Amino acid sequence: MTPVPQGMSRRSDRRVRSVLAVLVALVVLGFSLELAVGAAALDLPRAVACLVAPDPACDPGDRYILLVLRLPRALGAMVVGAGLAVAGAAMQGLFRNPLADPGLVGVSSGAALGAALAIALDRALPAVPGEFAQPALAFAGGLLATWIVHTLARVRGQTSVVGLLLAGIAVSALAGATIGLLGYLADDRQLRDLSLWLLGGLGGLTRPVVLVLVPLVGLAGALLWRRARDLDALLLGEAEAFHLGVDVERLRRRVIAEVALAVGVCVAFTGIIGFVGLIVPHLLRGLVGPRHRLLVPAAALGGAALLLFADAAARTILAPAELPVGILTSLLGAPVFLALLARARPTEAP
Amino acid sequence: MRPSTALRSLALAVALASSACAGPSDRPAGAAEVTAPRRIVTLGGPVTEAVFALGAGDRVVGVDLSSVYPESAAALPRVGYYRQFSAEGVLGLRPDLVIASDAAGPTTALEQLRAAGVHLERLPAGEDLDAARGNITRIAAAIGRPDAAAAVLADLDAELAEVDRLRARATSRPRVLFVYARGPGRLLVAGRDTGGAELVRLAAADNAGDALTGMKPWSAEAVVAAAPDVVVLPTRGLESLGGVPGLLALPGLAETPAGRDRRVVAVDDLKLLGFGPRVGQGLRELVLALHPEVRPGADP
Repeated sequence: MTPVPQGMSRRSDRRVRSVLAVLVALVVLGFSLELAVGAAALDLPRAVACLVAPDPACDPGDRYILLVLRLPRALGAMVVGAGLAVAGAAMQGLFRNPLADPGLVGVSSGAALGAALAIALDRALPAVPGEFAQPALAFAGGLLATWIVHTLARVRGQTSVVGLLLAGIAVSALAGATIGLLGYLADDRQLRDLSLWLLGGLGGLTRPVVLVLVPLVGLAGALLWRRARDLDALLLGEAEAFHLGVDVERLRRRVIAEVALAVGVCVAFTGIIGFVGLIVPHLLRGLVGPRHRLLVPAAALGGAALLLFADAAARTILAPAELPVGILTSLLGAPVFLALLARARPTEAP
Repeated sequence: MRPSTALRSLALAVALASSACAGPSDRPAGAAEVTAPRRIVTLGGPVTEAVFALGAGDRVVGVDLSSVYPESAAALPRVGYYRQFSAEGVLGLRPDLVIASDAAGPTTALEQLRAAGVHLERLPAGEDLDAARGNITRIAAAIGRPDAAAAVLADLDAELAEVDRLRARATSRPRVLFVYARGPGRLLVAGRDTGGAELVRLAAADNAGDALTGMKPWSAEAVVAAAPDVVVLPTRGLESLGGVPGLLALPGLAETPAGRDRRVVAVDDLKLLGFGPRVGQGLRELVLALHPEVRPGADP
């Protein structure tokens, strides 16, 4: 990539740098907040004391809450938020539509179906460690749905954007209907488990989960970042990207696979957390510009900060009870989305 | 930043995460309980009721959202719905005993409580009178008052004996439709193998929903076909429908004997459905409502 892209003035360069600095500061702040607030009375000074000087300063109960409950959850929230937002940035680039969402290729609904199956079959499933049986099925469901969508959208070796959209809608509808059927057949308890899972929450982000989450989502995010130049070329149009030497078909396949990996892993462990993948890249595109080299890391930071703040709020609003964070992101995200739509209407047709 | 920098920062993130995760065993000392627990958290309405009935209410420091009886329990900190509680919310109350109904969860949160060294008493599943008795004995042992169980069980047995006496005098055997309602859009009918069906049977009546299995959505035709003589539903469910007029306006019900005779019985959700310590009281009220002939002063 050319070191200084054309049309980029010093001023916008400074602006981008300050946006990134603010985002880093927000992530740090959000991370500290996530460690410092919660149902248990354990504030930041004591949390820091526990992290820095372990034994004498720190009550074992506090230590457990901080190191086993809050720290993995904060790391997990960061990674999930970043993963969802990066996947969203890549999908919006791939579809050349600022309102695209990682769920478009069916990964979220497929994962939801996998989780619903795991809940409905909870007594029939062999004794897999409970913590991972449901995420494994959810992840498999997400990948399978994405694969079906991609296969359906291919006509004579070419994938069309409209074909992807329509196949995504159809597969999501089918998954939704199957979830409905499973819900009908489920008993009362399974039904409630299912509806709670669909709300999305970060309570399942334990240490072993985070150890799985960080490398997989990190890998998918890094690979998506490597597509930055090709995604930029695609913004000019498919033919133009082809003339710039981009194999559009291969790019599409790879981006979809990487988005499925990132979103599939996140959704498998947290349930569906709406709007992070849609709003964050969309907002940041306005601040750092459409080039993915900057947009992808900015989205990662923005997504991490958003989910950290949202989860800190979700854990304290009703303390000692906890609100599923997916409710909160949707409550915040849907009005922002509507505002964006309303603002976009006069100038740019979809 | 270039992608290689990305990979480096990824490696850093992984290292950070694993150092956070590979910390020493953070299990607090003193997990084993020798003395009676002093700080109890209960997850599940009937569990809370039982602990209060056993005289340990003053040691309860937190309850879940479904614990609305007795009133002093409802005033305690709420750790969320028992199927979706947060481990930190419970641990923040510094309990030394958590008693959880079989449906409490998620599993991760339960495991986190155990790992934090809190004694966790999980009750077995079951929606019948044996489960009600077994839970009282179990909870009494867990709270360190095994002797208190006898008095509570004696009360329960006395009430159940009264239920038996009333049932023996019952001459009718109405068909009862047991309905779970949370507003007109969310109506479920109790089929076979449900707590509702079991209560109907215990009240010397037939479950009109037996053609179904489990709790199933209300269908007007199925309700007409079930031809119930009486509709029984929890008080809060009846309120959510706008009382008896709202219930009778539901599709299909007007065509049934229950609809024509306006026979609707509201029961206390917690007394009956949880199979807690007051299940005997609730059953007695249900038998009296379903069998007017056994009421004191009624003609035999």
